[in-house]
Amino acid sequence: MILVQQPLVRMENIHKSFPGVKALDNGQLELRAGEVHALVGENGAGKSTLMKILTGIYIPDAGKIYYKGNEVQLTSPRSALDLGISIIHQEFNLVPHLTVAQNIFIGREPRKHRFMLDERKINLQTQELLDTLNIDLDPKAKVMDLAVAAQQMVEIAKAVSYNSEVLVMDEPTAALADNEIEQLFAIIRRLKSKGVGIIYISHRLEELKQISDRISVLRDGAYIDTVETKETDVSKIISMMVGRELYEDFSDEPVQVSGEVVLEVRNMTRKDGRTKDVSFTLHKGEILGFAGLLGAGRTEVARALFGADVLASGEIYLRGERVNISSPADAARFGIGYLSEDRRHLGLALGLDVTSNVGITNYDDFKSRLGWVKSKELKGSVSSLVDVLNIKTPSIDQRVANLSGGNQQKTVIAKWLLRDCDILIFDEPTRGIDVGAKHEIYKLLNDLAAEGKSIIMISSDLPEVLRMSHRVIVMCEGRITGELSRKEASQETIMSYATAH
Amino acid sequence: MSTELTKRRESLMKAESRQKLLAFSSLLVMIIIFSLASPNFATFSNFVGILLSTAVVGILATGVTFIIITGGIDLSIGTVMTFCSVIAGVMITFWGLPVWVGVIGAVLSGMMAGLINGLLISKLRLPAFIATLGMQMIAAGLNLVISGSRPIYFLHEPRFRLIAMGTLFGIPYSVFLFFGLAIVASIVLGRTVFGRYTYSIGSNEEATRLSGINVDRWKIGVYVLGGFFYGVAGVVMASRLNSAQPALGVGYELEAIAAVVIGGASLSGGSGTILGTIIGAFIMSVLTNGLRILSIPQEWQTVVIGSIVILAVYTDIIRRRKD
Repeated sequence: MILVQQPLVRMENIHKSFPGVKALDNGQLELRAGEVHALVGENGAGKSTLMKILTGIYIPDAGKIYYKGNEVQLTSPRSALDLGISIIHQEFNLVPHLTVAQNIFIGREPRKHRFMLDERKINLQTQELLDTLNIDLDPKAKVMDLAVAAQQMVEIAKAVSYNSEVLVMDEPTAALADNEIEQLFAIIRRLKSKGVGIIYISHRLEELKQISDRISVLRDGAYIDTVETKETDVSKIISMMVGRELYEDFSDEPVQVSGEVVLEVRNMTRKDGRTKDVSFTLHKGEILGFAGLLGAGRTEVARALFGADVLASGEIYLRGERVNISSPADAARFGIGYLSEDRRHLGLALGLDVTSNVGITNYDDFKSRLGWVKSKELKGSVSSLVDVLNIKTPSIDQRVANLSGGNQQKTVIAKWLLRDCDILIFDEPTRGIDVGAKHEIYKLLNDLAAEGKSIIMISSDLPEVLRMSHRVIVMCEGRITGELSRKEASQETIMSYATAH
Repeated sequence: MSTELTKRRESLMKAESRQKLLAFSSLLVMIIIFSLASPNFATFSNFVGILLSTAVVGILATGVTFIIITGGIDLSIGTVMTFCSVIAGVMITFWGLPVWVGVIGAVLSGMMAGLINGLLISKLRLPAFIATLGMQMIAAGLNLVISGSRPIYFLHEPRFRLIAMGTLFGIPYSVFLFFGLAIVASIVLGRTVFGRYTYSIGSNEEATRLSGINVDRWKIGVYVLGGFFYGVAGVVMASRLNSAQPALGVGYELEAIAAVVIGGASLSGGSGTILGTIIGAFIMSVLTNGLRILSIPQEWQTVVIGSIVILAVYTDIIRRRKD
């Protein structure tokens, strides 16, 4: 008997260009039945493009795709689904106004009398599906009412329900808590044992050790190599992904933080009750980490401090003086900048160019008496910030939508630096950003702090919190449950406070 | 997690039915106030008048409800409706064709206009606002060209007038037609695949496309369906006036859209119901009728209706914010 297994999917020499960008230049992938094949690479390496080609969303310029040994043409999402290839998208592709069950069965609803929907059957089959996957959700709940993690579970259930032989998961754990990740892994293992081939994209390299069998690396649109997970380690993978030296900062020397209190928050309670009695101080030149589980109220503290949401009670002092911040415009005037966790929706106007995005907080400084924008001066300032922050963009007239995640994040930073803010709130500064850009952001945070800016950094990435913070505040269910010095902080101590109800 | 989830869902359902209740009860309150204010309001003949005057806008609004739920808009409603009246006039009066042929011709021309709107929006990717604004002007112009800028009367065909004005138990046929169409539309929207994709496209078009659904085709279908309703409304309108009035039309689109919005649909798509639209249409016609009976000048009637639209949408926004 010949033991050479026919691969489930083989993609060869895939090329794909978009106007001005070569997204894929010799993309390759081989997926076997019953394996979890991790696909890694920096943002912009071409992972998502390769997967969109495999699922019929994009049509390649050149290259061949074989499914079970036969060459196939994938011209639409439908054609891929019909072959048995489905995908869990990174950005949720659910219909918010429909229910869980309606979302799962969209496009293939059970019908009565040809045109009529069989709603009972849709709900029943969804309940069965959710039961087999061990997911605790109501099929009749509207997706718009679900938390992000629950929406992710709906996405997973939907993809699984196609009974596909190939399942692509693009960053499936980005929104999940640890126990939910365990649940997802259990689902993956079950599918694997049934012979399903799974392509697993993730930035969390530690995770790949646990779940994947092989790892393929893409860089700058090109295929680099495929390795057995067992025979490799994280640092090897990173060097294949990055192909360059990383900024490292393992300085354990005590950081010089001045005693000057820049900001003090006393007894902050939001009107909606999502923060309760929150008090803390922030020093000049300090990076204050905010840790906690999803929904602990960290973003809510930031938004209330920034004047974006309403407080029921509490006081805010800036350099000892009591201030009243009732809108983001107030906050910006006091020199507080907020970099939202959802930069694509809340931090940037994607359709506009770099100059407009950076300038938006600062037009007061760049307008003549009659209200004309002094565009030459604005562009000069923006250009110098682009240089300082090392934002990779062909020009400052480039639309922000065309930049990579890391460079978009830097554009948001530039916006607040131009404003000359000295208190910066970073909400998940590196979410969805690749390893290389992550390190640049870290360096930037350190540089800003060294210059005397004060930084609040909200992060769900514990290694990041530990590495960057001078002090860590831990929240749980709207309250501060712990405050740790850099020395006291460890994954264990943070987690114990984060779960201290 | 699941108990918290169910709780939220319950409160949401409460909110949804609360909104419908609110619209319906404000309609009732209006009727009660007008009845107390004038003895001429709560009479059978006046109610028939209200029903009759709601029929045309109601049919138009029912058609555009589908379009608005997909997140689209249609500004060609009024002039396309008139276009259908004119076509009926041309076929029946000028060409001497039988009434039923004229009616089918009118409805088909409405669907044709819808098809063109749909193609412009889905295939050429024109914004719905622009495509249908263009269609509005094209239809307005064609109405004058085809009719020679003169009304076309249906004097040779007395049966044509029966479509709208013939009565059963004293209630005009057009009212039955309106309710019949509304019930069918409600079933199509709530129970069929077509309705499901209408909501789905409005709620998240990209997700719908990625689920393997041919979004373009369904979108075109929604505009064609809208055109069908405008065609029927055109026939009813012509029959009521016993003539096709080529200069008529502009203004109806905004009344129809207002009815949909008062009925709780969101212009950003994904939500709305036929029942809501019908209630919205009645709120407007009861208000117009009541104010007229109270001898409030017509100019002021428009002011009041405009305020009602703003008020209705604002209460909806407040309701959502509370949730």
